[in-house]
Amino acid sequence: MTNSWNDIANTDVMLIIGANPAENHPCGFKWAIEARRLRNARMIVVDPRFTRTAATADFHVPIRAGSDLAFVGGLIRYAIENNLYAREYVLNYTNASFLVNEDFHCADEGLFSGFDAAKSNYDQTTWNYQPKSGAGTPGHLPENVAADPTLQNTHCVFQLLRQQYSRYTLEMVERITGVPQAKFARVAEEFAGIRRNGDMTRTGTLIYSLGWTHHSIGTQIIRSGAILQLLLGNIGRPGGGVNALRGHANVQGATDLAISWDSLPGYLKPPTAGDDNFATWMKRTTPTPSKPSEWQSMNYWANTPRFAVSLQKALYGPAATAANEWAYDYMPKRPDGRGWWAISEETVKGKVKGAFCFGMNALALAPSVDRTLAALSRLDWLVVCEIFPDETSEFWRAPGITAEQQAKIDTTVYRLPGAGFSEKSGTMVNSSRLLQWRDAATPPLGDARIDLEILAQIFWQVRRLYKTEDGAFPDPILNLSWDYEDPERPSAEELAKELNGRALAPVTEGGSTLPAGSQLPGFAWLRDDGSTACGCWIYCGSWPEGGALTKRRGTEDPSGMGIHPNWAWSWPMNRRNLYNRASCDPQGKPWDPGRAPVWWDESAGRWKGHDVPDFMVTSAPKEHMGPFIMANEGVGRLFAPLPSLVDGPFPEHYEPIESLVENALHPAVPTNPLGKKVETSFDKFGTAAEGYTAVAFTMRLTETYHFWTKNNPANVQLVPEPFAEINEQMARELGIDGGDFIRISSARGAHICKAMVTKRLPALQVNGKHVYQVGIPFSWGFRGIAEDAGRTSRTLVNLITPTSYDANTRTPEYKTFLVKVEKVDKL
Amino acid sequence: MSAESRRIQRISAHAGPVPGTGTVREEKVAKLIDVTTCIGCRACEIACQEWNDLPFADTVFQNNHQTMPDTSWNLWTLIKMNEVEHEDGTLQWLLRKQGCMHCADPGCLAACPAEGAIVQYENGIVDFDHDKCIGCQYCTIGCPFNVPKFNPATKKVFKCSLCSDRVENGLEPACIKSCPTGCLQFGAKEEMLHVAHKRAEQLRDHFGYENAGVYDPPGVGGTGVIYVLHDVTRPEQYGGLPKDPRVPATIGLWKSPLKWLGNLAMVGGLVGMIAHFFLFGPKTDPGDEESHGTEKPDD
Repeated sequence: MTNSWNDIANTDVMLIIGANPAENHPCGFKWAIEARRLRNARMIVVDPRFTRTAATADFHVPIRAGSDLAFVGGLIRYAIENNLYAREYVLNYTNASFLVNEDFHCADEGLFSGFDAAKSNYDQTTWNYQPKSGAGTPGHLPENVAADPTLQNTHCVFQLLRQQYSRYTLEMVERITGVPQAKFARVAEEFAGIRRNGDMTRTGTLIYSLGWTHHSIGTQIIRSGAILQLLLGNIGRPGGGVNALRGHANVQGATDLAISWDSLPGYLKPPTAGDDNFATWMKRTTPTPSKPSEWQSMNYWANTPRFAVSLQKALYGPAATAANEWAYDYMPKRPDGRGWWAISEETVKGKVKGAFCFGMNALALAPSVDRTLAALSRLDWLVVCEIFPDETSEFWRAPGITAEQQAKIDTTVYRLPGAGFSEKSGTMVNSSRLLQWRDAATPPLGDARIDLEILAQIFWQVRRLYKTEDGAFPDPILNLSWDYEDPERPSAEELAKELNGRALAPVTEGGSTLPAGSQLPGFAWLRDDGSTACGCWIYCGSWPEGGALTKRRGTEDPSGMGIHPNWAWSWPMNRRNLYNRASCDPQGKPWDPGRAPVWWDESAGRWKGHDVPDFMVTSAPKEHMGPFIMANEGVGRLFAPLPSLVDGPFPEHYEPIESLVENALHPAVPTNPLGKKVETSFDKFGTAAEGYTAVAFTMRLTETYHFWTKNNPANVQLVPEPFAEINEQMARELGIDGGDFIRISSARGAHICKAMVTKRLPALQVNGKHVYQVGIPFSWGFRGIAEDAGRTSRTLVNLITPTSYDANTRTPEYKTFLVKVEKVDKL
Repeated sequence: MSAESRRIQRISAHAGPVPGTGTVREEKVAKLIDVTTCIGCRACEIACQEWNDLPFADTVFQNNHQTMPDTSWNLWTLIKMNEVEHEDGTLQWLLRKQGCMHCADPGCLAACPAEGAIVQYENGIVDFDHDKCIGCQYCTIGCPFNVPKFNPATKKVFKCSLCSDRVENGLEPACIKSCPTGCLQFGAKEEMLHVAHKRAEQLRDHFGYENAGVYDPPGVGGTGVIYVLHDVTRPEQYGGLPKDPRVPATIGLWKSPLKWLGNLAMVGGLVGMIAHFFLFGPKTDPGDEESHGTEKPDD
């Protein structure tokens, strides 16, 4: 989230699209309800299904799954053509005025400039700004960017943006999304209409979740949301923002600490094979300012080397030295494009010998059960740490595996009883980036142990083996910093302090000096000379010398806006709303004096406020420093230059890999040209001609939590059996009654469940086709109370989900694929 | 709220003054259910079962998210979910928490022939004393909301107690505590009515629900559970909330001027039962053998 859960209560209008917070984030959803209670805020829900979120909204807009980008593109066009964009904000806080390379062209025909058909890749040279003078260096952003503050130049970002979305007319939006023009226009006016007559006081928030990420164009859908919010001047403002609802309770924390293949702790970019040494890695990943010369850009990522060296010092302690380039050789250099596909493919090929699955049900989560089964069967050993016996730890019992096949599986499975969330202390990080410490409520049951202990003991054994028996590359293991009081049982406190970081030698910052050994008060103290260690730079400041700020429980709120500065601690440096400089006009005065998180105090010569200014506090408005301090430009990117994204500097609508309709914008380029579609014997894709004529998507239920809750009698009572939601008319045509067993099949396999026949999933008219959609909850499998008792179907949903992936993140396309639905007589 | 709040105001089947009636009247309490902010998460269903030590049931899929068709002896509250298509083509998914209404004039209490089995505290909570319940199920007939539910295994009738044990100790009912959106609120009835009417006004003035209003039916003297509805003129669409609930007239008659007639009829019934026993032998309960575990709901 750019903003916070509490801040949703400050909004005037909510656009909830690609998310179902009432069901999947019911506790956070209270803030949406508060906005309605306290401010009469409007709520628009865009979703194929009439969800429980829609049940509390003003508008429900049924949409075809996989067409959200066209919907948002239509909103962008609506805002521009109806003069509803925040002109002063756009001019000063975005790159709207920047001139782009004259050879760049938009995706009018489906492709941006620079496409290399042979490589299915883009040469991104033209995706760059024009330098103010000279030719610039290809592949690098110019330091001085040419700009046109009138926004009239045909090569300026604003005009290119207008051109890019000029095709997303009301009629086109209807053809792609199935949303009737009148309904779309009404919703567009509700959301973008907050800027009617140049009114800058009101704000709108954009709320999304996995409904946006699980697509072959997922990253670009989110980009389109960011562009819309920049255009409307909603980012950095109370009640505004682009707000990703993260999985609970700690997916935000997991990503902060590098659970994704493409990041290191604190979102540092990991070294790749081409980075020969520490210096080249730093040069490639440390951005430089790129802006019109009369503007300022803080370009905070310029500090990347301080963060990276401090991370290496936290990992390797004294073994990381300037002489050995901070133990750079210890770091894995990742090849491109990892993720589910790469892991399972390399395991199937026998390259991976063993695997650890901690708190993660791989068989049920990864795309293609068949491929995952093949992969797990090839492993020599598999360690699963869970609180219940899950599908992964009993993969050989998956439905359809014969006794003969079972006999051929040689994988040794070690099942370790982990502790549940209430059995361990530590912080969880919620979508608000809020680190909240909680103490264990109860010790782990039986033989269960907290995973920290389990991992520590495994590490200790591995290190012992390296010491006694040597190995291929012992250094990273033998030199890993392991400075805990009880090496076999590091405490959560010790880890939290390590993540915060400490001074290894006296460090001076802002005129004061901290002695060696001190916990650091913030990341401004981090150094690239080896004098500081910090496990995750964005967490620096959470545990200073005075103690854990994450344990604070102060409820005071002087702002009256739900900032609660003394409740726990949010990264970065307890800022509740990111980019909050943008809540003020260029002169430093709040756009809405009634909702002012920060402001410029001329007499004091600094930024002040209820929230921590996300800005250089001494930079006066006249210096024109951009509020987006993490970007090279200092301003928001309507146009994302160079390799920010692999598939285009502007978001463009492409059909899902499996789609019923042609791409109405450009039939010749139907799908994301860079969307990863894997085609091995496990990867099959179906078409309408083959009978796969309904659009399916996966979803979750408020009554279930992943795959755990099928082990809890309370949840089993609430939702006893797997089901899928289908439309009434479709059910009639197929002779299906509510409660009948149905087989939902794709080109990849079949899932059996019961039919929930409902009015809440209306049929849509899409480009002349009558489209039915099927919503399939994701939370069942072959292991649980009802499953073990033989009372339910036992198929996993990802038997049918596709093995196509987002071009940038490699997130699987679970939210749109083609299926056929048939009635079956019995299980 | 102190133990005073459990001071008894009325009890079932008792003639004359109520034992222990004090001079102090604690304020009436109420649960407010703002249907317009309910997200149907069903946390209240489970919180109720957990607090009251009620067993979870083996259920089957019912073609909806509601799963359980109705409340039962071990499920005292349930979100009723109804898809309502209006004439203008718009769809509403109405989510209403169903449970005991804690009527000011409780039909269950009026109908109950067992002394002290049903009590109404001075704070308005209507509670069952299971030690005194004789399992006759008259309360189920007396209730205009179809709330009390019989457990054939224990031969007792059950319903929501508004967590009188928690309320006595100054806590809110378990359902209220579990509600994530604040759709459920608890407090003095007067205060809850104030909040409810303000909310209904907001719904009329700002959200286009012209008929938004508060459900506090006068036919039962008002209730200790009040609703804010988007359309108070059509309570039936919220899963069968009665438009004008009243205690069945027969109950009123039986309990007051014609009680002697009822007693006579009861004696007559007893005579009939004895005659039946001698003519046809003892009545058997076909469910007896399965229900000894008491783990099954009655539906």
